[in-house]
Amino acid sequence: MSVEVRIPTILRPYTDGAKIVEAQGDSLAAVITDLDTRYTGIGERLVEEGSLRRFINVYLNDEDVRFLGGIDTPVADGDSVTILPAVAGG
Amino acid sequence: MRFDSLLDSVGGTPLVGLPRLSPGPEVRLWAKLEDRNPTGSIKDRAALAMVEQAEKDGLLTPGCTILEPTSGNTGISLAMAARLKGYRLVCVMPENTSAERTQLLRMWGAEVVYSPGAGGSNEAVRVARRMSQEHPDWIMLYQYGNLANAQAHYDTTGPEILTDLPTVTHFVAGLGTTGTLMGAGRYLREHQPGIQIVAAEPRYGELVYGLRNLDEGFVPELYDESVLTTRYSVGPRDAVRRVRQLLNQEGIFAGISTGAILHAAIGLGQRAVKAGESADIAFIVCDGGWKYLSTGAYEGTLDEAEDRLDGQVWA
Repeated sequence: MSVEVRIPTILRPYTDGAKIVEAQGDSLAAVITDLDTRYTGIGERLVEEGSLRRFINVYLNDEDVRFLGGIDTPVADGDSVTILPAVAGG
Repeated sequence: MRFDSLLDSVGGTPLVGLPRLSPGPEVRLWAKLEDRNPTGSIKDRAALAMVEQAEKDGLLTPGCTILEPTSGNTGISLAMAARLKGYRLVCVMPENTSAERTQLLRMWGAEVVYSPGAGGSNEAVRVARRMSQEHPDWIMLYQYGNLANAQAHYDTTGPEILTDLPTVTHFVAGLGTTGTLMGAGRYLREHQPGIQIVAAEPRYGELVYGLRNLDEGFVPELYDESVLTTRYSVGPRDAVRRVRQLLNQEGIFAGISTGAILHAAIGLGQRAVKAGESADIAFIVCDGGWKYLSTGAYEGTLDEAEDRLDGQVWA
């Protein structure tokens, strides 16, 4: 399973500046593990004690993964994963 | 309809069907026209409720200064209420918001302090907190954590929708302070079993997410994800495309964030059609398009509009 992952500015130091990277895995957790093998350290910026960090939002095809299955959300070939820091509105 | 004063006329907005944009006769879209509030946005409800609660609590007394971090609409609503009730208002607003917002704030007598564009509203919150420490006598109503914000929607927006549309199956609104969704969403969940409460969150350009580190991220204290069924992130291209459709096909001239909400609402509608289900989908028109004319969202190609909105806090 190959998915496209969009990396926010703040995490691009880990991806040599790349905005979009490819990753493998059949769940979000597997995708993050795969990312971490190539971009060491990015995993712990996203995950803490088995859950997504509070100020990180991850969207699978524009839907917040916290409403899909969290870190165990299944992903399929060609899916798009977007990582963003949480920001305010209003 | 007759009211004793402008403040008494907040809320009670029309719910309007969208015969052309609705996906089918059994799956209908309904627009709650919050631009019909006194200052032209849904924020009049929360702003008035927060001011009146602070008065009841004895925090606000005549001559007080109110301080508030805002990307615009809450500030404009507070400015109107503050003018009528005799308070001074200082707003902290990101510098990358539309020019009309500053003009409107000043018109109603508010003072505007700009926060850096990188980091968007997160930065405005930080600057306001710092100013609050420097001026302990100023009252920060703090819309992100003020229970009166969500309560206003629990007491008014939610009941209005259910009264006008007893068959409502979905409620879709924008996610900023989270007040609308937490308040109206909670009310509708309690009174309409099985209803879906769906958030549409604006996805901005990179500058707005330009935090120095992830610990500067921000989740409003009001936010309780158990109220929501799900949450979508909608970028400027889809928001502009939908806001233009709303204008061209239904004649409703709305602000850009409404386009993001409509995009999510149409997606839910298409899913209901596919599943062979009937649905009545109510969504919020947060404000009119007037104060976004200078952003160029309503003219030229979608590519041009998308470029112009990059780096702007457009919702």
